[in-house]
Amino acid sequence: MIGADAIVKCLEEEGVEYVFGYPGVAICPFYNSILESDIKTILIRTEQNAAHAASGLARVSGKVGVCAVTSGPGATNVITGIATAFADSIPLVCITGQVNSELIGSDVFQEADITGAVESFVKYSYLVKDVNDIPRIFKEAFYIANSGRRGPVLIDVPIDIQRAALKKFAYPETVNLRTYKPTVKGHAVQIKKVIGELAKAKRPIICTGGGVLLSGAQEELRAFAEKYSIPVVSTMMGIGVMPTKHPMYYGMVGNNGKPYANRAMNESDLLIMVGARVADRAVSQPDLITENKILVHIDVDPAEIGKNVGASIPLVGDAKHIFEDIAKEEFTCEHEEWITTLNHYRDTMGKKRNPNPDYVDPAEFIRLLSEQMEDDAVYVADVGQNQIWSCSYHIVKNGRFLTTGGMGTMGYSIPAAMGAKLACPGRQVVAVCGDGSFQMSMMELATMRQFHVPVKIIVLKNNYLGMVREFQHYNYKDHYSVVDLSGSPDLEKLAMAYDMKFMRLFTMENVEAAIAEFLAQDESVLMECVIDPMDLV
Amino acid sequence: MKKIYSVLVENRSGVLCKVAGLFSRRSYNIDSLAVGETDDPAVSCMTIVSSGDERTIEQIEKQLNKKLDVIKVKTFDETASVSRELMLIKVKYNKGNRRDIMETCEIMKADIVDMSKNLMIIQICDVPEKTNLLIKMLQSVSVVEVARTGTLALPKCMDTE
Repeated sequence: MIGADAIVKCLEEEGVEYVFGYPGVAICPFYNSILESDIKTILIRTEQNAAHAASGLARVSGKVGVCAVTSGPGATNVITGIATAFADSIPLVCITGQVNSELIGSDVFQEADITGAVESFVKYSYLVKDVNDIPRIFKEAFYIANSGRRGPVLIDVPIDIQRAALKKFAYPETVNLRTYKPTVKGHAVQIKKVIGELAKAKRPIICTGGGVLLSGAQEELRAFAEKYSIPVVSTMMGIGVMPTKHPMYYGMVGNNGKPYANRAMNESDLLIMVGARVADRAVSQPDLITENKILVHIDVDPAEIGKNVGASIPLVGDAKHIFEDIAKEEFTCEHEEWITTLNHYRDTMGKKRNPNPDYVDPAEFIRLLSEQMEDDAVYVADVGQNQIWSCSYHIVKNGRFLTTGGMGTMGYSIPAAMGAKLACPGRQVVAVCGDGSFQMSMMELATMRQFHVPVKIIVLKNNYLGMVREFQHYNYKDHYSVVDLSGSPDLEKLAMAYDMKFMRLFTMENVEAAIAEFLAQDESVLMECVIDPMDLV
Repeated sequence: MKKIYSVLVENRSGVLCKVAGLFSRRSYNIDSLAVGETDDPAVSCMTIVSSGDERTIEQIEKQLNKKLDVIKVKTFDETASVSRELMLIKVKYNKGNRRDIMETCEIMKADIVDMSKNLMIIQICDVPEKTNLLIKMLQSVSVVEVARTGTLALPKCMDTE
């Protein structure tokens, strides 16, 4: 057995089903060995999207997403995908080929110091120096990626190591890392303190972040909110923890969130932040939110607590464990008046839009689309105005809402939707992007076609980089600079080139029937919605 | 606020770079940094002197602990520790100032460890204020070059240990 065989064996041991990647000489031994395995390989069209596809797969399956690319430009291309996964805490293992060990450092063809380059975007990285370390390193990498605060791990494997013979392959059963022991169970004293505050609170609220989804604590959190009637708001990454129409859910907070969600959070006297970083997009002035309230901050990463805002009660641990422990306690918590107030806010503080009847209204379109989507559908929003409209108007039932809230990488939705679709072929997967973000990943239409991944794509087309245009509208008095996308291709012809079904909507006329037709297809469909170029989120 | 971090790390290639990179990535100050092997050859000790407000000081410790190559972080104040810095200073001298330099060295408890016809190397091992003071004192003569270790520190002995 050689190193490359051992890597494949490790992936099999970890139950990996798909590897997304792009070969090159330095990773060829691995791609040769994987032919003997049942693991399926997906040839993505650019390396960045290999990491995004692995991210989509990881987010819906809860497993580690895997990608494998070659040395040099292959490795540097994947960095943006890794950084995106890092910002959103998505578990990935990224394998990169590397030049011959003896040549490292001599700037030979396609050599890049990838472990050095990627250091601030990975949870950990390895450069394999001895072929016999492969089983241990892979065992550790999968464990590190998918425990504690999730994140990407990179393994750089020189080509000679992939070719070298292993003495013996034994996959370790356990991981022994003296420097890594994540705290998953919350401290009992701190949990008692939280319960004490809950019993006293007149205006409690929970703000959920992406950490709740990563820990798989949706059920526990919902049950808790229902039992004690505690209102819930969410960050962008926390959308989907609560079904949008759940009576205890009051929407997304932040500068693009619901006004009533922000008001609810500001007026609360006890704020329980779970798995959220309290970053600028959700809380614009973190120092102010603690002025009139007790802040309980629950996070599996101790460094997140106190980073952007000082917590009154820090509680380190995995959300699922913590809510399981809280559920064991009995206490009373009464605040009927608060719920009445919040319901009043929710009923009266909605945002009014004045859609232009000559175009498709993205807000209403997204609402109608999500109403027709299946109960457990996966909706993947890209980045731009489309992301904000998606966050605001998509109705999550019991499915998932995926987007990159941390890094905000354009072009995320199509590869991530492909990964999600491969992970759960039975579920409806729809990617919604703008014409800017679509063009950042449209090469993946070929991947969808080649590997029969029937993802449905919606392009909100306005011939502008809408989000930047909107920013220039407000901040530079409509002095538009480098946001005109008018050279874009005719999407109908493009769809034809890829043998894809195509639909186009110009106005809201018959939109419901069109959506029904779009969703009913078994194959990939590209739907273009022409929206008002001057529309604002 | 000044803090001293004594950071035990895995003695592997690239670890110094990761720890130093963490400081630059998050805009934390490094006043000084000294690295060396411990009694266990698999473990290195980094002594980092940094400064910042209370939240930064706490974040530095948490972020260091998050690094998978970091085994243990101890944080302490200068007052609660014994700290030393070693410095070598090469100066140019002449007949006229040789006595003055030697006297300064005597007062500062510094040693002359190498000499030629017009150059000498002075060694001092003391707390950073003293080593800085010596440089200041020698500025009137011509200082050719300086090499210093950065602060090394250990928490003061406590009977409870």
